[in-house]
Amino acid sequence: MAGKFFFIDTTKCTACRGCQVACQEWNKLPATPTKQRGTHQNPPTWNGVTYRVVRFAEHPSPINSMVWYFFTDACRHCLNPPCKQEADEMVKGAIVVDKNGAVIYTEKTKKLAKDLKMIQDACPWSVPQLDQRTGRLAKCHMCTDRVSAGLLPACVKACPTGALNFGDEPAIKKLAQERLAAAKKRFGQAQILDAGDVRALYLVTAEESMYSQTA
Amino acid sequence: MTNHWIDIRNSDCILVMGSNAAENHPVSFKWVTKAMEKGATLISVDPRFTRTSSKADIYAPLRSGTDIAFLGGMMNYILANKKYFEPYLANYTNASFIVGDKYSFSDGLFSGFDPKKKKYDKSQWAFARDSKGVPKRDLSLKHPRCVFQLMKKHYQRYTPEKVSAVTGTPVKDLLRVYQAYAASGARDKTGTIMYAMGWTQHTVGVQTIRMMAMIQLALGNIGRPGGGVNALRGESNVQGSTDHCLLFHIWPGYLGTPRASLASLAAYNAKNTPKSADPLSANWWQNKPKYMASFLKAMFGDKATKANDFGYAWMPKLDNGVAYSWLDLFDQMYKGTIKGFFAWGQNPACSGANSNKTRQAMAKLDWLVNVNIFDNETCEFWRGPGMDPKKVPTEVFFLPCATSIEKEGSITNSGRWMQWRYRAVPPLKGVKPDGDIMVELFNKIRALYAKGGKFPEPILNLRWDYAAGGKFDAHAVAKLVNGYFERDTTVKGKKFKKGQLVPSFAYLKADGSTSSGNWLYCQSYTDSGNKAARRGTKDPTGMGLYPEWSWCWPVNRRILYNRAAVDLQGQPWSANKNILKWTGGKWVGDVPDGGWPPMAVNPAKTKRPFIMKPDGVGSVFGPGRADGPLPEHYEPLEGPVAKNLFSGQLSNPVAAVYTTPADPVFTCNQRFPIVGTTYRVTEHWQTGVLTRWQPWLLECEPQQFVEMSLELAKLKGISNGDKCIVSSGRGQVEAVAIVTGRFKPMKVQGVTVHQVGLPWCFGWVHPVDGGDSANLLTPAAGDPNTRIPETKAFMVNVVKKGGA
Repeated sequence: MAGKFFFIDTTKCTACRGCQVACQEWNKLPATPTKQRGTHQNPPTWNGVTYRVVRFAEHPSPINSMVWYFFTDACRHCLNPPCKQEADEMVKGAIVVDKNGAVIYTEKTKKLAKDLKMIQDACPWSVPQLDQRTGRLAKCHMCTDRVSAGLLPACVKACPTGALNFGDEPAIKKLAQERLAAAKKRFGQAQILDAGDVRALYLVTAEESMYSQTA
Repeated sequence: MTNHWIDIRNSDCILVMGSNAAENHPVSFKWVTKAMEKGATLISVDPRFTRTSSKADIYAPLRSGTDIAFLGGMMNYILANKKYFEPYLANYTNASFIVGDKYSFSDGLFSGFDPKKKKYDKSQWAFARDSKGVPKRDLSLKHPRCVFQLMKKHYQRYTPEKVSAVTGTPVKDLLRVYQAYAASGARDKTGTIMYAMGWTQHTVGVQTIRMMAMIQLALGNIGRPGGGVNALRGESNVQGSTDHCLLFHIWPGYLGTPRASLASLAAYNAKNTPKSADPLSANWWQNKPKYMASFLKAMFGDKATKANDFGYAWMPKLDNGVAYSWLDLFDQMYKGTIKGFFAWGQNPACSGANSNKTRQAMAKLDWLVNVNIFDNETCEFWRGPGMDPKKVPTEVFFLPCATSIEKEGSITNSGRWMQWRYRAVPPLKGVKPDGDIMVELFNKIRALYAKGGKFPEPILNLRWDYAAGGKFDAHAVAKLVNGYFERDTTVKGKKFKKGQLVPSFAYLKADGSTSSGNWLYCQSYTDSGNKAARRGTKDPTGMGLYPEWSWCWPVNRRILYNRAAVDLQGQPWSANKNILKWTGGKWVGDVPDGGWPPMAVNPAKTKRPFIMKPDGVGSVFGPGRADGPLPEHYEPLEGPVAKNLFSGQLSNPVAAVYTTPADPVFTCNQRFPIVGTTYRVTEHWQTGVLTRWQPWLLECEPQQFVEMSLELAKLKGISNGDKCIVSSGRGQVEAVAIVTGRFKPMKVQGVTVHQVGLPWCFGWVHPVDGGDSANLLTPAAGDPNTRIPETKAFMVNVVKKGGA
């Protein structure tokens, strides 16, 4: 397996959205016209030109009156990506996995545009989107261009607090375990989401559904 | 900052109050996070639960404008429970000083108040002195007139229950904060404060900072790693602009601007140079005449001679008793006194308090020059909301200027580091760096004055060698800021040639043999090179001082007052907080605040550690401020209550208040029953002039919003996402409601008080549906010391747009 992994420590995330904007900047993605809708989360969610979005979710809490959770959300780069399995049945080679483990949507995904719903449904988080400009399916590609040149993904590079981390499997898994142990001391319910299934390991301190405002 | 950004990681308890560091200083959280990894406690005190609060161990709400009550209660807790660090408090502060007989405090007023002039006679707060003029002390802190006892009496009134009734903070939350923060008074612990405009922008702003400085002194947290009083600056170079006299009351290096009554340099020096008869006080400001003469030599070069008072008469003076702050300038502009205005790198139409007054004031001008990167509300004010372009006589010029990455120069960050920046790309065609614009402008002005004019001397005699081939030379300016030897001379036994750069301010002279544009920056650019450009990464103390990274004023001292980080033997108060140590007959570590031996090692040669204070100690008692020597709670000028629970004095008796028809005040008025406050968001910078044109940032925060509690929204029939009108006595703003549990109603004096908040980063020019500045609501009333406006606590109403 090996390859590259993200470790996202949500206990350190301040929702500065440096990652969200760095992703757009590096990938030269246009901004989406938005309105203030009664929340700081914007754009509302992913779209064909937004690969990463920081989710804001607030809840009443007995300790400090409130909790406000932030979740920098993008493709988790599954170890056995269901989107690829689905796509392979229709257009072989449209979705590939590179040597680092990044799940990449190629030029051939243009042929999958009409099947977007099926690919989305295959993904547990409905990550895949259609880029209307190119007709391709689009999402986070683990900055495959940067990483193959020995650089960090743009989102990780921009993160000021150490919430976003990236590297080889052993180092990232070690870091994740250390941070999990520390987080358990402060927040009883700390856990790593879907460890063993994905290359984006999220450390959270509550149920995943609590990190999304719609929940 | 007395300390610096990296040093936050050395703290055991971080209080974020009067700021929202996670959102407005996002990179600071790198260091907050590091401290927390090592077990530090993070406390967030804020009217609203913010992104900072979301990371905090302890969050406590408070009503906007009641910080002194909150902190006064903390001081009471520290003193009553003996949480203070006594050896530090006794030896390094004026807690032991005996206050003179004339000082008293009664019902919210200190002695010496003149109700007609609304001014204090500060001489009544002076210390009792012995026959030699040295302040009398009682190191046991028991004398009934010593500062410690007076302070104890003063803050005994700030009980948790009373504080809670004023601030709206539940008592249990107050005690959680007090206990956690007071624990930093232990010998091996330090606590730090990260504050910003949430503390300063009040009619009691200065006293709020002082209250915290007193707490830090009581807990032994000043001068030590992980401690200090740390102002988070709102722009990358605010520290630098302040150091170089952005404000009217100072010249570069915090030399007080002369008043018109001081007709000669000798008169200025006599009036402004502090004296101390105490042999233990270094009284560093006794050197002021050297810095003044050197500054004037930097201004006028060879034209400044001893015979002509180094050109002192050519410098502008302030009329006695008149203030020239931002608020005063716009007040005068509004009254039609000021005819021309350069708005350089700023957007007053949105940034200043009471934007309607500001915008109307600009319509009284003959001309306005706006130098900026993007179009903005100041440049376009004449065709803005409520303006009839036909009736605005002001001629407006817009000069596009280069961005920070299109020019070379230095910035000074909050931690006082002067860091050199290189030009990354050339400016766009037709766009000039600010320096080039100034050079061109001044050359024209000088040419005109050469033909004649009133009082041409300051213009014609100005030293003006910053331009090579018409282009501004940042290195030439930086060198003169450091200073030169102006003739061959010998100082401290060392010979220097004319034209050599001065190695440090210890070599500056009052006789005209040296120049220095800013004494505090003397040592930044020497014969060994441009120290601001250094990028060394050694960290000899292991405490994150990085002494070879850039350069820091003064003389590369990374933590101010660091000789208070050691005991009387010169040893760190605790081994885990070691940045400075007396060993082998010398200081090792940070650049010490004066090289004198420790107080108990050599009592004959030693000096106390707070060398910038006339008595050499930290001022828990501050007899120099306009509004009293001990901070006292007063209600904001516009507040929700008719009574101050602490005294009969409702608001600051000496606050700076303006009285034009554009300055109405509505305290405790049912038309405006809700407490309002303003803030910034991560995604926009200041008035948004730079960021509103940035599509990715605008996408994140596209429109003006108003955050309010679920309870208030219900009361007003407002749903999340509704368009609302927020109004005050001075103006109104359209905003989208964010209905949130992060604002909560609070009990104040037994009554429910609601609060709302909105950012001031939007403006009508762009985007078209973005809304306008929250400063349309804020009052132009100010702190009596600084005249900073009270934009963080005022009264508003909120209604659903189109609703009843």
